[in-house]
Amino acid sequence: MDTILRINVAANGGPKAKAEPVGAYAGMGGRALTSHMIAREVPPLCHALGPENKIVIAPGLLSGTAAGQSGRLSIGCKSPLTGGIKEANAGGQAAQVLARLGYAAVVLEGEAADDQLYLVYINKDGVKIESAAAYKGLGNYELIDRIKERFGDKVACISIGPAGEYRMAAASIACTDMEMHPTRHAGRGGVGAVMGSKGIKVIVIDDAGAAMRQPKDPEKFKAANKAWVEGLKKHPVTGGGLPAYGTNVLTNIINEAGGFPTNNFKTGQFKGASKISGESFAATMTERGGQATHGCHRGCVIQCSGIYNDKNGKFLTKQPEYETVWAHGANCGIDDMDTIAMLDRLDDDYGLDTIEMGATVAVAMDAGLLKFGDAAGAIDLIKEVGKGSPLGRIIGNGAALTAKAFGLERAPVVKGQAMPAYDPRAIMGIGVTYATSPMGADHTAGYAIATNILKVGGFVDPLKPEGQIELSRNLQIATAAIDATGMCLFIAFAVLDQPETFQALLDLLNSFHGLSLTGDDVTALGKSILTAERDFNKAAGFTKEMDRLPSYFKREALDPHKVTFTVSDEELDQVFNW
Amino acid sequence: MMTITIKLFASLRQGRFESESRALAEGSSVLDALELVGVSAAEAAVLFVNSRHAGPKHILAEGDSLAVFPPVGGG
Ligand code: SF4
Repeated sequence: MDTILRINVAANGGPKAKAEPVGAYAGMGGRALTSHMIAREVPPLCHALGPENKIVIAPGLLSGTAAGQSGRLSIGCKSPLTGGIKEANAGGQAAQVLARLGYAAVVLEGEAADDQLYLVYINKDGVKIESAAAYKGLGNYELIDRIKERFGDKVACISIGPAGEYRMAAASIACTDMEMHPTRHAGRGGVGAVMGSKGIKVIVIDDAGAAMRQPKDPEKFKAANKAWVEGLKKHPVTGGGLPAYGTNVLTNIINEAGGFPTNNFKTGQFKGASKISGESFAATMTERGGQATHGCHRGCVIQCSGIYNDKNGKFLTKQPEYETVWAHGANCGIDDMDTIAMLDRLDDDYGLDTIEMGATVAVAMDAGLLKFGDAAGAIDLIKEVGKGSPLGRIIGNGAALTAKAFGLERAPVVKGQAMPAYDPRAIMGIGVTYATSPMGADHTAGYAIATNILKVGGFVDPLKPEGQIELSRNLQIATAAIDATGMCLFIAFAVLDQPETFQALLDLLNSFHGLSLTGDDVTALGKSILTAERDFNKAAGFTKEMDRLPSYFKREALDPHKVTFTVSDEELDQVFNW
Repeated sequence: MMTITIKLFASLRQGRFESESRALAEGSSVLDALELVGVSAAEAAVLFVNSRHAGPKHILAEGDSLAVFPPVGGG
């Protein structure tokens, strides 16, 4: 991984690729690389869809190795949704394959010279770029079917659907999974719109003939990987709950805790929760011949995913994630599994962030455009986005814009990005993360749910402001570092509880790269990433007043606990004061 | 005696139930309720009484709702 592939889309006669040594970015992976490169090379005041912005696609430090769980991909840019820096993370095959070909990053840069769309093909012999005019307007599913016909089913793809072509602020970038379905998305912040603005429809990566990356110290690496996999298998969450029920095992517990945002964050419990819970999904998926335990990439040990078949036993989509089930389910008052799965499929096909879309449909419902619980109406609305109709263009630009268009105060967003599946009033630690993360409202940036609700890594009472700042700070630092390794964030459940598993992770990094990192170095890495991101945002015009939740979260009490968000502004300003 | 509702989730349902009303002696604790339905304290990673986190020693009252989760996670 010592090469950076820069694709200049402004070149005459179509994009030109140039490989160069990693140089200043040596030793960086994943989010460390994307965020440092964006901070260094993109002028913070540029327009996100303009020529100065870049898309940086980077596997993690351990991607492409034999290390279990290491296949996550980071995609960075200036976000058209938040106006700040963005790192969106995806599973799927792409990270492993890119890393094996020796690429630390693929960068799309410059101003698309024409209105054409292009296909980039990367294999061990180099890069070919050709017109993708024939694929214009295709959804991700049909696009990937066509790619399969041409390139076979062993390649990995990174692509955009129509939402990316329309440059919508909720557009995602899709990555294919092991079955070559375009189901793993770098979802948040409109990264797909930026890829669309560069005129690249799809990147096809073929690692035929490329070897697994080799560690500096193979013996130590092998031993570390053994301890690592054992640690993940031994922890009851990563070895039990996640494989059996997937992330949606959370529906029941978050609902029970009274923090399950329902009907556009009006209440914290949903009557239909049990109908859309992980337990119900797992039973239905198995009954229909799908699969309740499945990995999104080769080398995933935890396997939180699954395969969802329709009523006729035909593949419809991957097992919808908890966030999707919540966004299109409870938050829209919808308690029907097949509707949620269909919305997941449509979002993946058009290339849309499921969290932003669910939050936006709920805002439209709250504004009276359709009724809460209107399953058919929700499907129609997402189809408008796919068509790019004038209404679809509003919805496809997210919750904040839709609330504005329909004159509604209640837009559950921070820095323009919709909140995910936890109400910050009933779970205040996650509220601190939503408010302060440089990414906008993002649960993964500092997953306080672990300690507030799940009692992983200790316990901090979710209903009180005490202890939440420190909790969120420590998690944001640790997460930034994990996002640099290419490891799936779910390793945190095992790493937080089991010191020997954290040590195994350090041993993997050290034996692979010939380093001698300690826990302190990991903390320093996390801090350096956050600092680069915050500096970028500051230069882009962000102030501390933007590290806040919308004021109605302080005013409107949430049932059943009748709580408002009571972490003070002064405390929020201390999160990055380490 | 008092009546409480006990709800079990995820793997704890296997061979047991989803939700049942049970009678318990006045002054019984969460631990007593767990014993009654054959769930060990080690299996019960997260406990809620009326949607608030509670410990095994928490004393139950008439009409309480006890929710019992094994270790779970996601995101
Ligand atoms: S645990 Fe889930 S999200 Fe993480 S790598 Fe495996 S399947 Fe993908």
